[in-house]
Parts: sequence; structure tokens; C-alpha cells
Amino acid sequence: MAAITSIPVSPPPLSILKILQQPRSLIVLVLLMWLPLMLNVMLAGSISETVRPYLLLPAIPSALILYGVGVLSWRESPIAIIGLTLIFFWLIVAVSVPFLPLVDPNKPIAPFAPIGAVKNNHYFILGADFKGRDMLARTLWGCQRVLVWGVTATLVAYLVGCIFGLVAGYLGGWWDQVISFIANVLLSFPVMVLFILIMNYLGASGFNIVIAVTFASAPAIMRIVRGLTFDTKNRDYIFAAQTRGEHPLRIMIYELLPNARGPIIVDACLRLGYTTVAITTLTFLGLGLQPPDPDWGLMIKEAANVAKSPQFAYMLLIPALSVSSLILGFNLIADGLREMSLRD
Amino acid sequence: MSVSEQTPVLECRNLCISYFTRAGEIPAVVDFNLKLMPGEAHGIVGESGCGKSTVALAIMNYMGKNGGIVGGEILFEGRDMRTMSGEELRRIRGSKIAMVYQEPMASLNPSMKLGEQLAEVPIYHEGVSREQAIERSQKMLASVRLPDPQRIMNSYPHQISGGQQQRVVIAMALLSNPKLLLLDEPTTALDVTVEAGIVELIKEISAKFGTSLIYISHNLGLILETCSRLTVMYSGEAVESGDIGTVFTKMRHPYTRGLFSSIPVPGADKNMRPLRSIRGQLPLPFARPTGCYFGPRCDHFVAGRCDQGILPMLPVESGSSHFVRCVRFNEIDWSRATTRSDQHAPIETGAIVLNVSDMSKHYTIESGSAVLLGAKKTVKANERITFRAREAETIAIVGESGCGKSTFAKVLMGLEGATNGKVQLGDVDLANLPVQRRSENVISRLQMIFQNPFDTLNPSHSVGSQISRVIRKFGVERDPAKVEERVNQLLDIVKLPRDFAKRRPRQLSGGQKQRVGIARAFAGDPKIVIADEPVSALDVSVQAAVTGLLTDIQRENRTTLLFISHDLSVVRYLADRIIVMYLGKIMEKGTTEEIFSPPYHPYTEALLSAVPIADTSVKKRKIVLTGEIPSPSNPPPGCPFCTRCPYVMKGICDTQVPPQREMAPRHVIACHLDEATLRAMQPVITIEPREMEAELVAGGA
Repeated sequence: MAAITSIPVSPPPLSILKILQQPRSLIVLVLLMWLPLMLNVMLAGSISETVRPYLLLPAIPSALILYGVGVLSWRESPIAIIGLTLIFFWLIVAVSVPFLPLVDPNKPIAPFAPIGAVKNNHYFILGADFKGRDMLARTLWGCQRVLVWGVTATLVAYLVGCIFGLVAGYLGGWWDQVISFIANVLLSFPVMVLFILIMNYLGASGFNIVIAVTFASAPAIMRIVRGLTFDTKNRDYIFAAQTRGEHPLRIMIYELLPNARGPIIVDACLRLGYTTVAITTLTFLGLGLQPPDPDWGLMIKEAANVAKSPQFAYMLLIPALSVSSLILGFNLIADGLREMSLRD
Repeated sequence: MSVSEQTPVLECRNLCISYFTRAGEIPAVVDFNLKLMPGEAHGIVGESGCGKSTVALAIMNYMGKNGGIVGGEILFEGRDMRTMSGEELRRIRGSKIAMVYQEPMASLNPSMKLGEQLAEVPIYHEGVSREQAIERSQKMLASVRLPDPQRIMNSYPHQISGGQQQRVVIAMALLSNPKLLLLDEPTTALDVTVEAGIVELIKEISAKFGTSLIYISHNLGLILETCSRLTVMYSGEAVESGDIGTVFTKMRHPYTRGLFSSIPVPGADKNMRPLRSIRGQLPLPFARPTGCYFGPRCDHFVAGRCDQGILPMLPVESGSSHFVRCVRFNEIDWSRATTRSDQHAPIETGAIVLNVSDMSKHYTIESGSAVLLGAKKTVKANERITFRAREAETIAIVGESGCGKSTFAKVLMGLEGATNGKVQLGDVDLANLPVQRRSENVISRLQMIFQNPFDTLNPSHSVGSQISRVIRKFGVERDPAKVEERVNQLLDIVKLPRDFAKRRPRQLSGGQKQRVGIARAFAGDPKIVIADEPVSALDVSVQAAVTGLLTDIQRENRTTLLFISHDLSVVRYLADRIIVMYLGKIMEKGTTEEIFSPPYHPYTEALLSAVPIADTSVKKRKIVLTGEIPSPSNPPPGCPFCTRCPYVMKGICDTQVPPQREMAPRHVIACHLDEATLRAMQPVITIEPREMEAELVAGGA
């Protein structure tokens, strides 16, 4: 008999980083950052003007801490850190933009002011658009809406996709046939057609973007989760749970889902970028978020006609580059995560 | 010409191989020496992670991006392979050195016909014409004893069985007429009776083609059957090398001795002579102790001597070819029996707890597509299974793949319903009671231990939470503090440190995971535990610990153990009664004693002969089965074994279901052979008395 001596291991003193890396503290931080931002964007009209300026205050330190923790935990992957930096640049901008010394993004000051011009006592760092609104202020304010709606839409799509994927994969049989058939039908529509159909039918609003993105993305997510479930459900530990008489719901959520998390997280990052593109495109087509509040898609749409002449191209390029940097950030994180998961 | 004048086919001199990772240089093999003469077969044996496969890869010069030879030399026919150019190496690989891997399916291209793949070898290496290549391939297939080479040439890999695939891989390796054949666990993925055929073939090869062999295996029995010399490896070092006979009977390294006393050989007995596992664990490659790597686990460790410097390989006697890496081998009294582990009185069995009568499980599969409504086929996974299990009894269900043992476990656990018959647990009939409809009480009385330690625990949850879930689920304890206490108790029982409760499964070794699996199975105080090959995926020294653990818990809790296995050595050691199954039917059942001595069922006889035994004093009667196990979806109508049976009687065996012959009370053989013939059978395994200077196995009186 192997005598395994129990070596008393005194728990190493928990550093602040270790404490912050605990799932619980991460969740608290994310919520502290995300909830104010979400409320600020989604329920902008119904929040009293006395509270609104202070709403985003707790989000700023949370975002900064999260960024620090992220950089320290992913320091082995430079790619992931570049992605993280891009994302958190926009996140920190999103939560701190009310407190930055910016002019009102909707106030016309000097139309067609070029980059670096000083007109009407205002220094236009990134110029002004054709209505004379400050491009810098509009670009920075614009990230709020893209981020909030993009992430919300992706999360909802994931929720729906995971539920159906787990049911189809684990229960199989008729469940699988019906769900897969519906998914195939949805996947066979060109995505843009699907978006336009839904938005035309339901009307243009942020919540309807969520619905449209869910319809477009959930089938693909369902296929991924279904495949992962197929893979995992023949493992012995699932067999053990079954022979313990566990409820199928518990097996799906507690035993199967956590083991699918790796590929799901990587895919979610890629899909976030994809959703951002979709939202910007919808707004560009006039089907998404409505003017006058700044939004990148909207800015591109409004600038589209003017920007045909090269000296005004900046009106188009600035929001376009902003979108690209955000999407690039999500994609780089996905790449970095995949790389890190392959190493271990 | 004497052996010493010949040039060795392969010689490794002080070979050191390292892998370079983010954590730095990890030495995988240290100071490895080997001399292989033409026609010689050399075995390399060791547990997982000891570097035996790395040696093979280094010989093939196939180390990957992050591995490299950091010292010593590899001489192939007298030339140093490290100085050869890439072009030269490519020419040697595949034509003069060939390798056969563990997983035959992974070595064959699934999208190419076998004939094409085989023909590539002579076309590429010798530039012969296609017709010639095809002809030679076909001849080679015949010489590895594949039936109907023509058909196999035209098949894709998935169309033939695993045993046949491995024969094709061996044929492919032999096609270029290599000087050296490396076999890396070539039979580990195969069934025992199929394995026996491959082993036979490998022995023929070295005799017929004069090929030198390096046979890598974890199984000492297989090495004994195939090789003439042997190197035992431990943690990247060769610890002992010499002639098979010498090493097997006069081992001079404590690790080799530990290895031998942890494998079940005839004579070991779970009560009177329990196996001894080697304590502790294999050190991690970057955390090896100084001096002797085996030091911390060795009974003969002397501080100040064993933990100093780098130990050399020493000849046991001057001029002998028996080397050992131990500074104290001359001081250890090898004739003294190793310290004995505890003896126990046999466990008294109690009342009947499980009564299976005439249980059948048939699956219907639709052949052809659902649209065409093709004919339905019935797979008889279990056919009229009948047996009883008593309290505290160990019943082994033995059989090869496709024999229906896993189906039986599923029916018992309530994941499948039986087609016919009864499965009586106390007064509950489980045959058609799915697990959802079983009461908590019934479920908790029946638990299972799984085969694959890497699959048995959910990687996402901590060890403690997985055990405590069972405790709470079955209502053993509800109070969180008491649940935790119970988890700790269970960890104590399976001899794991208590702080393992907080660990994730990936931080545990295979043996440790299997212990957690056992703790989980016993968490609900079950009456019956089904153990599905619980030790087959573990290293031998860990196997001994786990089997010992199972018996200890059984003795304590009076649990009935249904032990499903294909390994007759382990079964012989553990089981009180044995059920031999083949293609869903019981071929023979009886006590362990009855199964292992005549009269035998012909299948049992072949099975016994196929199991490699690592004991030079054991003589086996050779019965090598031809053919493969038929598909369970299309079994022969009469006796399922008739296609491979050496005693087959045409017209009877293949048409009529064999009668159940009761040879002794509760010893039943299902065979057409008459009683007199069965009784006249000779024993397969005989133990010859031998002069053993160290009574390791038999122990002192």
C-alpha cells in the first residue's frame, strides 16, 4: 500500500492580485463596471438628471482594476494583452466620458472645421463634422452605445444558443432534430436579410437589435454548444452523474456547460466583434440606433455623402477606425485565449 | 563469428535527451546505454513517464521542435546518427529503421486504400514499379497471417478490425526489410486473444527476417514472451539491464524488485499474499532527487550514499552483461523476502444481494437509411445472463471487447432497460426500472467505478465538491460541516491527503484520480459496486495500490464487488467467482479455482493461454486463436465462439445453442463438447518449481 504522507501545506499569503483573480471578485468588478454603463445607455431617458452624473463613478475604478488584473493574468500572451488594451481603452472611455473635458457632442459649433483647427473659440483636435459637431466628443461618446448594445446582444444570443445547444446535444433524438432543423432554416437566410427583415418588422431600437442579433447568432452558437455537448456527454463523469440519478437539467448546467467554456469563450470574443460590425452596419442602414445621439455607425452614415471629397474623409475614417480597433481587440483576445489554452 | 565481433545494429552510448519548454530544460532520458545485435530482441520496460517512448523517438530522430539529444551518441550500424545529413536520415527512416505505434488507426491514412499505402513503401524507398510493389505488399500481408490479402489490399483502414490494422502496420514496417524494428506498445490497444496472435507474429518476424527488435512495453509479461534482453527504466534512467532470465530471477535493483512484487502472478492472493505497491510517486522530471532517482521510494535508502552525485550503471559481476544503477546492490540481502504486507483472513461471504436471472438486452438498429425503412437488425448485447452475487463477494466478469460487459453494467445502473429477465436487488426488480424511477435508497446501494481515470472526474469541479455532491445527494449527511468531515474521512480511506479536496482533477495523477473515483463510489455507502476495468489504465505499481484499496474497503464495508475486466491476472488475484463472457453470452462461470483449472470452456482455455505472465517459472500451453471476434450485430447462430474455437464440430457448434453443462455445483460450462472431453483437458498454466534465491512471490512459508 502506498503510504502517502500528508505534507502540511500552509496556504500561501493571498496577494491582492490573487484575491482579485478569484471568480467572485471578478464578477463583482464586472458588475460594478457594467451595470452603471448599461443603465446609463439603455434607460437614459428614465434616470433623473440629478443621479445620472454620478451613476458612472463606481465604474471607473472597476474598469481600471479589471484592466490591471487582466494584464497581469495574461502576461504570457502579448496578443491577448494588445487586444485587452484596445477593449479596455474603449471601456474606460465609455465609463469616464461624462467626466472628460469635452464639449456637448450634439452642439453644432463650426461646420467642416478640419483637424487641428481653432474656430469659434474651440480647438478641434479631430475636426468637426458637416453640422459642426466636435468629432472627438462624438467618437468618444459613441463607443458607449456600440459597447453596451454589442455586448448585451451577444450575451443574449449566447444564453439562447447555449440553452438550445445543451438540450439538443444532451437529450438528442427528437429534441435535436427539431432544434437543429430550426437552426438550419435560420442559418440558411443571408444574415443581412434576416437583420433587415427583423428590424423592419419590429422597428428600429436597441432592444430590437438584441433580438435581431440573437436570431442571427444563436443558431451558430447552438451548433457549437451542441457539438461540444456531444463530445462531453459520453464521458464517464456524465455517466456517473446519470447513475447518481441527477436531473438532466443539473447535468446540463453543472456537469456539461463548464466543460464547454473554453471554446465558448473564444467564440464569444470573435462573435462580439462580429456583433459590433452588425450593429454598426444596421445603424448605417438607418435601421439601428437613431440620431441625434452619437454612434459610430450613425457617424459613418452621416459622413458618407460628404466624405466623398478627400479633405473630408476624416469624418468617415475616424469612426471607422474606432470600430475596427474595437473589433480587432475582441479578435486578438480570442486569438490570445486560444493560444493560451493550447499551451496548457 | 562470435557476437562481440559483429557490429551492433544499434548502439546508444550515454544518451541524454531533453525537452526544452517554457519552464526550462527538462531532461527526459539521462545516460541511456543500449547495444542491439543483429536479430536480437531488446525490451524496454517502465511505467508511464519513464522516458521509454522518448528513446524510441530519438532513435527515429523524430523529437519534435522542442526536443533534442544533448549528450551521448546513437550509432546505427556503427555510424553516428547525429552526424548524418537530413537526406541520409530520411533514407534510413522507413527503410532500415521502422516503427510500429500503439494506435494502429493513427498510423494508417484513413482516406487511402491499404494496398496503395503499402505499395508506397517499396516504390518510395526502392523505386520498384507499381505492379511489383503491389505484389510484394500482398505477399507481405500473407506473411503477417492476414486472411484474404487481396480483399485487405482493397479495403480502407476502418473496414478491418483493430488486430488486422496492427498486422497491416507491421507488414508496412517489414516491407522495406528493415534492420531494426521499433515497437512502441504495439498491442496495448488490442484484446488479449488478438494480442497473443500479434505477439506470436512478432516472435516469428525476428526469427524469419533476422530483424532486430526494440520492444517497448509497460507489460513485463509481454517482454518475457518476446525479448531476450531487457532494460528497466525509471524516471528517465535505465536502472537495470541484462538478459531476460537474469533480470527476472536475479534482479538487483530495488525498483525492479518493487515492480515484480506489484504485479499479480499466479500465487499472489488478495488475502494471504497481497501485492505490494511501491510507495510514493514517480518524481516529476524537473524535481528529481539528487543521487538515485528511486531513493525516496526505496526501502534500502541510506542517506549520504544514495543521495550523492550521479550514479553510474555498474556491472553486477565483472564482465557480466547484467548492469544495475544502484550503489548498494552488493549490500542488500536479495534472498530475504521483501517486507510482507498484512495478511488477512478470507472474507466470509453473506446472503445473496443480487440475483440476475435470464437477463437479456437486445438493441434494434436500423440498417440502411431511415428513409428506405431498411430491415431492422437485432444486436444481442446480453443473452440470458444468470448469476447470483453474495454480500462481500467479488465477482469478476471477464471478456474481450464486444462481450457485453458494459451493456450489462448499464442495465444494472438503470441507464438501459433489459429486454427480458430479472435483476433482483433485494426485493426490487431493476431490470426495467430506469434510474429516474429508482428511489434514492436503491440508487445509493449501487454505485460504479469507471475505467478511465482521466474521464472519471469532472475537470471543472474540485475533488471535494464532487465527493460531497454524492454525500448530499444520497442524504448520508446534510450539515455542511459533517459533509466536509465525511469527505475528509473518505479521502483518508483512499489514502489521499485531505487538502486534495480543494484540488482540481488536472492537478492529480491517474492513480490519484482513480482513488477519488473510488472515494466517490463509496461515498453513499453502497451495497454493490460495479468496477469497470478500474485498474487497466493504471501503471502496475499503482494498480497494486488500487486493488489493495478496493479489497480493504470491501473487507471493511462488506460491499459486493462486480469487477469487470479483461485482465485475467488481476481477476485471478481479486475475484472469488468468475463469469467468462463472449459476445453477450456466458461461456463459463465458477469459482476462481474452477475457472483456472480444467475442465475449461475452450474460450477460457484460449484466454488463459493468451494472458502474458511475468514469471519465468510459469509454463503455458500455447493456444493461439485465429480470426477476429465476430461483430455483435451478426453473431453465429449456434455457439458464438464457434468461428475461432479449435475444438469446433462442424454442423453442431455453428447451428445449435450449446447446452449448459454443470461440471461441479455452480460451475457451468456452455459447450457442445461432452463432459468426458472437457474433463480430460490439460491445465494451461503450470508452475514449475524453480530455484529462486529470493522467494519474492511465493514468500516465506
